[in-house]
Amino acid sequence: MGISMRKSALERTNTRNGLLFVMPTLIGLAAFTAYPVVSLLYYGFCRYTALKPPSWVGLANYEMLFHDKLFLESLYNTAYYAIFAVPLGITVAFTLAVLLNAKVKGLAVFRTIFYIPSIVPVVASSVLWLWILNPNYGLLNLMIDGFGGLLQKIGLPGISGPGWLASPQWSKPALILMSTWGIGGSVVIYLAGLQDVPQELYEAASIDGASGWHKTRHITIPFMSPYIFFTAIMGLIGSVQYFTQAWIMTGGATGSPGGPANSTMFFAMYLFQNAFQLFKMGYACAMAWLLFILILGVTLLIFKSSARYIYYGGQ
Amino acid sequence: MAGSRRKRIKVTTPGRCATYLALVVFSAVFFIPFLWLLSTSVKPDSQIMVVPPRWIPHPFQWSNYTKGLTFANFPLFLRNTLIICTANVTGVLISCPLVAYGLSMIRWRGRDFLFVVILSTMMLPYQVVMVPLFTVFTFLRWTGTFLPLIVPAFLGNAFFIFLLRQFFMTIPRDLIDAAKIDGCSEFQIYRRIVLPLAKPVLATVALFTFMWSWNDYLGPLIYLFDESQYTISLGLAMFSSQYGSYWGMLMAVSTVVTVPIIILFFFTQRTFIQGITLTGIKG
Repeated sequence: MGISMRKSALERTNTRNGLLFVMPTLIGLAAFTAYPVVSLLYYGFCRYTALKPPSWVGLANYEMLFHDKLFLESLYNTAYYAIFAVPLGITVAFTLAVLLNAKVKGLAVFRTIFYIPSIVPVVASSVLWLWILNPNYGLLNLMIDGFGGLLQKIGLPGISGPGWLASPQWSKPALILMSTWGIGGSVVIYLAGLQDVPQELYEAASIDGASGWHKTRHITIPFMSPYIFFTAIMGLIGSVQYFTQAWIMTGGATGSPGGPANSTMFFAMYLFQNAFQLFKMGYACAMAWLLFILILGVTLLIFKSSARYIYYGGQ
Repeated sequence: MAGSRRKRIKVTTPGRCATYLALVVFSAVFFIPFLWLLSTSVKPDSQIMVVPPRWIPHPFQWSNYTKGLTFANFPLFLRNTLIICTANVTGVLISCPLVAYGLSMIRWRGRDFLFVVILSTMMLPYQVVMVPLFTVFTFLRWTGTFLPLIVPAFLGNAFFIFLLRQFFMTIPRDLIDAAKIDGCSEFQIYRRIVLPLAKPVLATVALFTFMWSWNDYLGPLIYLFDESQYTISLGLAMFSSQYGSYWGMLMAVSTVVTVPIIILFFFTQRTFIQGITLTGIKG
């Protein structure tokens, strides 16, 4: 009797202490997560401009979305960006990590060089790349034109740089190219992962006469698949939310983002524009709700299919 | 055996050369944008649009820096940014270890459920709740102030709570029990034993929080309306949209925004790299 009473008193103290310690997050979750998520659902069914209280309009926002050409275009642009930027980033980062893992001298120096671009403040890197991608005097086109001149000299047809952000065809490739500059974080993650690949396997494969490519394909990639999977998911979630670079580089700050010809109007930019420039907040909430379902769906799909191609070492 | 070893040396030597060659080429590609940034930042206007480009301008035009930084009020923007950064770092350092302690060192009913809820909020992108969150802050009359950018940090960050909780779980239980027998309260255990042990993880938390608030653009873009409250990110974006073709000044200001972060990186490199490999956050 006495013991059980003491036990329940201890339980009470523990519960009280526990709740006291987690109090900050309880308040935060309620005010800045739970309430917004619930009201998001509600606002999605409302006409809601910042000035007037929301009024119920049923599914009107969602119907409008599917007839909104710019919305569909923003979905296309976002998908385009994700489909190219994520695999390209993974490929380059993986290649760099494998190169660095070959017991090279000066590893720390190389790793630093690859990592630093990813910590450059995003507004600064956007402004820098705006200058690098300048069609007339930007570094990239100067180099391409110089190379084209060399080709002409030896009698081949020359090439000249495209208009990058000034051209509807090249604006998205320009942003994708820029995104590969910031993959240093993935390189560091892969490099850490490569330390766990058992070296005996490579030696065994060498004795069996496997080529470098075979070793990469059948030893390195399977062992690295959890890391690749992780970066793929994070990359995908990041691309669906892709905003700041495109916003700054395509004239968001001047009030007409997404140019030329809406070729860089990404989902998150259109959401932001509707919410905070056009004050169609109900409409923006409907978009946000779709964004959430989209991210959730894609993530679940990848998770479900992952069992087939992910190899979890000894675990 | 000897034969195979000799063969291996023969085969791998050109391979190693190729590896180094590839690394040097890649490093150049990754590094050249920085040279371009620095070179343009001290170029006189007349040398900016010259083909082929002059990498070392003559003379160095240092006034790009002074002019660029005074055109818009960058010292003020820097002050604002530092206020927001310091407040955020203080906020997460106070709230996250507290919550993590409550989620790992005390046994109470509902604890694991709360942990799962916190984990699942990590999957919720900021942009999904951006609009209703704005409504909340409008209701609180906090828009147009730093508060929406600061207060959430004092209420915990799911990611760092997770990180700290995982670390606390590795602290030997005996240590805590011994302290309890000696009559320490939970808070004393937290303050005297757990927090000092967690210093390296707290350093990672502080570092990444500082970087995120230094780099943040979307948050200030939504909540700060008056130019006197702008952060350096907002200021640089505004400057770029107004003086789009003054590349010398733009690169000078971009350099000023970037250099503190790079210096910070060099001083804290180990914490950084450990932080990334520990958590998968990419900076």
